[in-house]
Amino acid sequence: MPTAAALPPAFTAWFAGRGWHVRRHQLDLLASARAGRSALLVAPTGAGKTLAGFLPSLVELAQAPDRAGLHTLYISPLKALAVDIARNLEAPVTEMGLPVKIETRTGDTPAHKRARQIARPPHILLTTPEQLALLLAHREAETFFASLRRVVLDELHALVTSKRGDLLSLGLMRLFALAPQVTTVGLSATVREPEVLARYLVPQRAGVAAPDIITVKEGARPHIGILESRLAPPLAGHTALHAMEEIYRAIRDHRLSLVFVNTRMQAEFVFQELWRLNDDGLAIALHHGSLDAGQRRRVEAAMAEGRLKAVVCTSTLDLGIDWGDVDLVINVGAPKGASRLMQRIGRANHRLDEPSKAFLVPANRFEVLECRAALDAVAEAAQDTPDARTGALEVLAQHVLGRACAGPFDADAFYEEVRGAAPYAGLSRRDFDDVVAFVATGGYALRSYERFARIVRGKDGLWRVANPRVAQQYRLNVGTIVEEPMLRVRLARPRRAGGMTVVRGGRVLGEVEEYFAEGLTPGDTFVFAGEVLRFEGIHENEVIASRTAAGTDPKVPSYAGGKFPLSSFLASRVRHMIANPDDWHRLPKPVANWLMAQKMKSRLPRPGELLVETFPRGGRYYLVTYPFEGRLAHQTLGMLLTRRLERARLRPLGFVANDYGLAAWGTADIGLAVTQGRLSLADLFAPDMLGDDLEDWLAESALMKRTFRHCAIIAGMIERRFPGQEKTGRQVTMSTDLVYDVLRRHEPDHVLLRAARADAATGLLDVRRLGDMLVRVAGRIVHAPLDHLSPLSVAVMLEIGREMVYGEAAEHMLAEAEAAMMEEAMR
Amino acid sequence: MNAMGGEAIPAGEAQVLRLGRLDLVADPAGALFIPDEGMLVVADLHLEKASSFAGRGVFLPPYDTRATLAVVARLVARYAPRAVVALGDSFHDAGAHARLEVRDREALAALQSGRDWLWVTGNHDPEVPRAAGGERAAELRLADVVLRHAPGDNGTAEIVGHLHPAARVRLTGRSVRRRCFAAGARRIVMPALGALTGGLNLRDAAFRPLFPDGVTALVLGQRLYAIGWPLLLPD
Repeated sequence: MPTAAALPPAFTAWFAGRGWHVRRHQLDLLASARAGRSALLVAPTGAGKTLAGFLPSLVELAQAPDRAGLHTLYISPLKALAVDIARNLEAPVTEMGLPVKIETRTGDTPAHKRARQIARPPHILLTTPEQLALLLAHREAETFFASLRRVVLDELHALVTSKRGDLLSLGLMRLFALAPQVTTVGLSATVREPEVLARYLVPQRAGVAAPDIITVKEGARPHIGILESRLAPPLAGHTALHAMEEIYRAIRDHRLSLVFVNTRMQAEFVFQELWRLNDDGLAIALHHGSLDAGQRRRVEAAMAEGRLKAVVCTSTLDLGIDWGDVDLVINVGAPKGASRLMQRIGRANHRLDEPSKAFLVPANRFEVLECRAALDAVAEAAQDTPDARTGALEVLAQHVLGRACAGPFDADAFYEEVRGAAPYAGLSRRDFDDVVAFVATGGYALRSYERFARIVRGKDGLWRVANPRVAQQYRLNVGTIVEEPMLRVRLARPRRAGGMTVVRGGRVLGEVEEYFAEGLTPGDTFVFAGEVLRFEGIHENEVIASRTAAGTDPKVPSYAGGKFPLSSFLASRVRHMIANPDDWHRLPKPVANWLMAQKMKSRLPRPGELLVETFPRGGRYYLVTYPFEGRLAHQTLGMLLTRRLERARLRPLGFVANDYGLAAWGTADIGLAVTQGRLSLADLFAPDMLGDDLEDWLAESALMKRTFRHCAIIAGMIERRFPGQEKTGRQVTMSTDLVYDVLRRHEPDHVLLRAARADAATGLLDVRRLGDMLVRVAGRIVHAPLDHLSPLSVAVMLEIGREMVYGEAAEHMLAEAEAAMMEEAMR
Repeated sequence: MNAMGGEAIPAGEAQVLRLGRLDLVADPAGALFIPDEGMLVVADLHLEKASSFAGRGVFLPPYDTRATLAVVARLVARYAPRAVVALGDSFHDAGAHARLEVRDREALAALQSGRDWLWVTGNHDPEVPRAAGGERAAELRLADVVLRHAPGDNGTAEIVGHLHPAARVRLTGRSVRRRCFAAGARRIVMPALGALTGGLNLRDAAFRPLFPDGVTALVLGQRLYAIGWPLLLPD
């Protein structure tokens, strides 16, 4: 049983000097470390997690003043977080006079310092997963890591849900191989299944003890509720305009508020609307990932200094950086997941023993249900951590090349090492060998690039890099984050002079996604960086925009859909809530009335079943259904349904999807076809649509091509583009599309296509979730043939007009464009 | 899937064009056929582009040559031309022909057999090796039209390749980017036929001096779509 006596006197004195007492979990971690065991610390924000993670290292280093070499490695998902933690650690180290050298290593670390760190490492190095991969591929890796004792993984719950988590898990196995004495500690927010998360921390092998799991009880219950607004939330939409007055008043009545939104576009909109109401001149700022870095730093500094009243922000402020004395969190739109909500609420009152205060602001009626479900989940401290990942093959390919850069390796031993990583525990030898073959020569079955090999197997049976240029290539390609092509936004007014467009360079405001800029026509007005701008054109990879007169309304709708899909955990709660009228008294009256109307006019979708409504409207026939599986899964379902409807000669024209349901429509009476027995809904929604239909659709799907592009870049099949290189992302996209077409036709089972399909299954297409749903509702599909649209369907139908893609839509569109030209010519 | 037989190339209707005194049939697969000469014209095949990249450690799928030759084979089957003109950049680099796989070499020989074959030289293949068969020329004149790889001055009507034109078309908020013919009063720029050959947007400055009197994009698809300047977008 650990007690405070386990701490050296200097530490006890330091805690006492601050009026603190050492916490239970901090001592528990110390005990685990002393026993040579790895540990997972699960604690809510504000529990002193970070200090707990470092305490064993500091104690050990304090007792070995002459120790040289790297002792502790700290990995964080954010560069900024690493820098912030390093700063926070300096306080105890300086105040206790400990002989401990702490440094960070990020993309910003200058070359001379990086070289020095290799030659003379600090005791504690704080870095990111990408930098760890680079260090491991270094020729000096073996020496550098030989003395390593401890690895601290911060925000582990956030890291493991992505390909970065895959990369990190592989890197960790490398560390165990280079320094077998290493113990790890994972720091995590509250999760549902800590045992699953803990598997990341140790090699998955017989004889390796599972990490200790140390859980800190939740602190004070947060004060959290739905923000009451005078106006009822609309049926659809994402602006939360109806509640803007109340949001403004809440900001005015608190010290410092964080207003979280789900997308950059929403951030711009809310910021704009708040300033419209800002008669008190409150210092309200904007913070999102597309803004110029300098601008963001200024907002962060102003926050820390207490000069701001509110910051409207996206998930860029989600993770654990402590920016200031926040006393209110407002979450606009649905939180999409209970864990995400807890994380955001935790930003307020960053102290464990004081309650945080938060308001949810649902932007439409479905979101009211979702917010209610999230509140219930928070009240029960229930969590919706996503499932453990299956390691991506493209990430493994990158790791294999990195491994070879560090020195020769034996394939058998390396395979065993890789399978120690939790996401790769189930990796087959065939997949592993295919990945190695891909790294070596492209892995093509019918023809190979033997003589251009990047890695070769020597007579001694070991694989090594073929030439030094390969290592250089690896260093340029490291990492799993593939940026969407972005364009800088420059404030300027282009002038025409002698037939040429001259752009006088103005200020850069930030970046927008290329696809957004593509949708603009000169003269369009849109909101960016908190201003209404007029789009002038694209000039040399920059968006040129000018300021508009005060009071101009933005013309281009600035909401482009949520990034985070509704978690299946919340979805299931929403389904139950809808099915249970006894529960409705907890909902705002307009929402309860809406559900009541649905009950009378159609029927309520019950938890275990799938409700399918059909009705005619405006000369079209509609099919609307409510799987509640998130927008991505619904989009995939919509694509596949329209293919099947087409085959059944029901002439579908298009579909729309949101997080809650989807609507498809066409010119033939779908409902009649069902009631007459010509169309079986069981067949229409049969899980076998994920077989051939999916395969056919994937052949032409732009989403699949984008997924393939990401995989090809991560795996190193094609090179990343860097600033200054001529080609824009758009041109690169085109050429990977060609690669995809050729490869798919000639070697459909190539390892990179397998990787892309696996990625699509959980990523942009969310096939896995769709498959689970189809199996769940098989035999329980309920048809409601209606004369006109139902109350629930309105909320889905309002999405119409945003998108329509399927089958030969591209051909139709070109034909239409041509016809439009003809019409103009004949006028 | 049978690589030679399985290439999806559109069987849709072709479009008749006139340049100078020459009648031309533009095929939606991206080739021109000149009925009076029984001549098929293809441009920018860029054979062995993938293996050329492999030399730099970029392992693109090595199937581009067979995919490209399969398209040419389908065109040859469709028009049964007396002569084929490859309008330059037929080979991606000087060593490309030597890297051809046996089966691709044989496929090429089969295409050449029983007809005239002219390699017009391009910047990627200023010298086509003798082993590649056929004849070589820097340009070819038919009636009042010159066929060459890269655009010349604006004096003579010409059919050229080199620029790999592609069009981006937008309507009702959606956009499509495809290869296209760029057709003007005095010049046609042919699309690249190579399977891994990217495209240059028709709105790029490089095209501007070539079409002083305007240009129409004939966009490849199930048929050719004629799209005029106002609907063409930059990338």
